[in-house]
Amino acid sequence: MSEISKKDYNKLSDSLAKKSPIVKNTAFAFLIGGLICAIGQILLDFYSSLDVSDKVAGALVTVTLILFSAILTAIGVYDKIAKLAGAGTLVPVTGFANSIVSPAMEFVPEGYILGVGVKIFSIAGPVLTYGGLTSVICGLIYYFMRGAL
Amino acid sequence: MIETDEYFGQKSFEAGESEMLKRTVNLAFSKCGKVPSDADVLFSGDLLNQCVSSIYAIRDLNVPYIGIYGACSTMAEGLMLSSMAVASGFAHLSANSTSSHFCCAERQFRFPLEYGSQRPPTAQWTSTASGCIVLSNEKTALKITSATVGKIVDKDIKDAANMGSAMAPAFADTVKMHLTDLSLTPDYYDLIISGDLGTLGSALSDELLLRDGIDIRNNHFDCGCEIYDLEKQDVHAGGSGCGCSASVLCGYILPKLESGELKRVLFGATGALMSPELSKQGESIPGISHAVAIERA
Repeated sequence: MSEISKKDYNKLSDSLAKKSPIVKNTAFAFLIGGLICAIGQILLDFYSSLDVSDKVAGALVTVTLILFSAILTAIGVYDKIAKLAGAGTLVPVTGFANSIVSPAMEFVPEGYILGVGVKIFSIAGPVLTYGGLTSVICGLIYYFMRGAL
Repeated sequence: MIETDEYFGQKSFEAGESEMLKRTVNLAFSKCGKVPSDADVLFSGDLLNQCVSSIYAIRDLNVPYIGIYGACSTMAEGLMLSSMAVASGFAHLSANSTSSHFCCAERQFRFPLEYGSQRPPTAQWTSTASGCIVLSNEKTALKITSATVGKIVDKDIKDAANMGSAMAPAFADTVKMHLTDLSLTPDYYDLIISGDLGTLGSALSDELLLRDGIDIRNNHFDCGCEIYDLEKQDVHAGGSGCGCSASVLCGYILPKLESGELKRVLFGATGALMSPELSKQGESIPGISHAVAIERA
């Protein structure tokens, strides 16, 4: 083979590769992501109308969305919606639920301790690790700033 | 043979893949009136860590076994080794087999099945399929006439969702080496078959060969492009996996050679020697392709 350089080959490959349909993907992400948020708002209005504090109502919305997401993942529907919605289903809390439920289902044959127990956070792990770390850092900053004020 | 149960009656996808491979090996031997234990050696490999699909499939078959790994090039690698074993007199009856399973490959290389993600258009779909070929030193309808061992070619493709591009230079290199070594032109073969380059990889390999003055566009056949209906089935750039080229070769190409519809083909299965761990460490994806010429005797 006449030596095409690595750089030139990558360029050639990029030029022939079919591009992701960005406009379509973005539009669906916007619509479906927005729909999930709208459902969240409806739930919030509903829970707020009950005799609970705003804080509890907010937590109930999150829990309900996670439940829906887990059920849709379990019956094999969530990944089909996500294929269309992309970031629209990834960014809301539903995506986080899906990222935990899907490995939990997948690794049952390896057992509940060494399979599910080990692998359940294989996708959500980074979010938990750095989410936790960030909250500690923010908490420390808040603690010392409050002391200074 | 087509099965609709992705578990093949087993408890896990991995056990299912082994069952599929075992049935394939048994079927191949029964077609020539033999059983696996008649063979002097069986070469087999697959995509899973430690080649477990092959090991658990062959465990009960009572046949001398050599495990091989060539990623999706395994069918050509095994066929080449098997023919070398027979040609050298080492074996009277030799076989090679391989398999891949979409669900096993996804969980080892990518994400859980129900995880919601979007695949880029260059991604390929691991075929749930397997193939087995039995070679004998007795005269049969088809024969292996030559083979070219491929070199590892790495053009610094790092995108694990673009295996076609990673493998295309290896295929082009092996085809060129084969034709040059044997002083052949591409039209000597009815088909020059690539394993699982998919639409992008096929276009790239054609382009690379064309730059060397070798035009295979008229008789280039890519198993990855042909195994699925790319219009109707949502598999993006095409099929992939060891089973893709193996099943297309055994189930589609060989019958056409036996019937005389095809006279001679060059089978160049292609492998992306990718490791998820090494990819995370920033390594590129090396490609390999071995070519085996199959002709009517």
